[in-house]
Amino acid sequence: MDALFPHGYAHYLIGGLLIGAGVAWLFVSTGLVGGISTFYTAMWSLVSRAPHFQQPRFTATRAWRIVYALGLVAGAFVWLLTSGAPAVVTHVAPWQLALGGFVAGFGARLSGGCTSGHGICGLASLQLPSLLAVLIFLATAIVTANVVRAPGGA
Amino acid sequence: MRPRALAFVLIAGLLFGYGLALSTMIRPEVVLSFLRFQDFGLLLVLGGAAGVTLLAYRFAPRLMRRPLAGDAFGVHPSALNARTLGGAAIFGVGWGLCGVCPGPAIAGLGAGNAPLVVALIGMLAGAYVQGRWFGD
Repeated sequence: MDALFPHGYAHYLIGGLLIGAGVAWLFVSTGLVGGISTFYTAMWSLVSRAPHFQQPRFTATRAWRIVYALGLVAGAFVWLLTSGAPAVVTHVAPWQLALGGFVAGFGARLSGGCTSGHGICGLASLQLPSLLAVLIFLATAIVTANVVRAPGGA
Repeated sequence: MRPRALAFVLIAGLLFGYGLALSTMIRPEVVLSFLRFQDFGLLLVLGGAAGVTLLAYRFAPRLMRRPLAGDAFGVHPSALNARTLGGAAIFGVGWGLCGVCPGPAIAGLGAGNAPLVVALIGMLAGAYVQGRWFGD
């Protein structure tokens, strides 16, 4: 077990169950499917008149997506306050965050889902396209992460 | 959307964000260590989250006529085509480069991981380019 989970496994499992509880609760309480990446496109519906952004699937859902995003920030803040752990600050290089973020944002929106949309919601609804999407992005991510190793171990 | 439904959405987000922080998925280093086969915890996070969600997706529509505060149960739309699969391949390249996915880019800010705002801005820019010139 130590070889697979050098930092323990309980926090991964409990954290995953809580994430699932959030997505499950969203569905049971409102019927909504809780992928995250649509939030990014929906935000542009506020400032861009381009036809793509003005579709109802973005304009009609942005209110709850903003509340959902605020919940994400607040939930992590509650963890910070209650865990006693110091704030976590990444040492991944800014160029990696900027370029990686751009490519991930573009790809997730082209694909119609990310680790939460395809990975949690898609797998949970047993959708073959989402399963294939997950396998593909895991594969390309593993290749990329192993090819790009910035100085300092990140 | 009714205030009660939005309150329910907020609770869902709180659980999601707390779970992302507790599971250390808001730390790109942990995600990258999974992608480099040094720590397989991410599979437990994804499996646990998808497992609980699967139960809700399966049983809620059978046990309840409608959501507590909503008209109907939705479905995650995904089509088997080049956009879905090609987009996933591109997403993976970006994810493997930065170790940040769209949820943690937002949630991480709540745990004080300020540099993630760079990834957040990058994702917004990526979403803009996709929607503006590569929309469906």
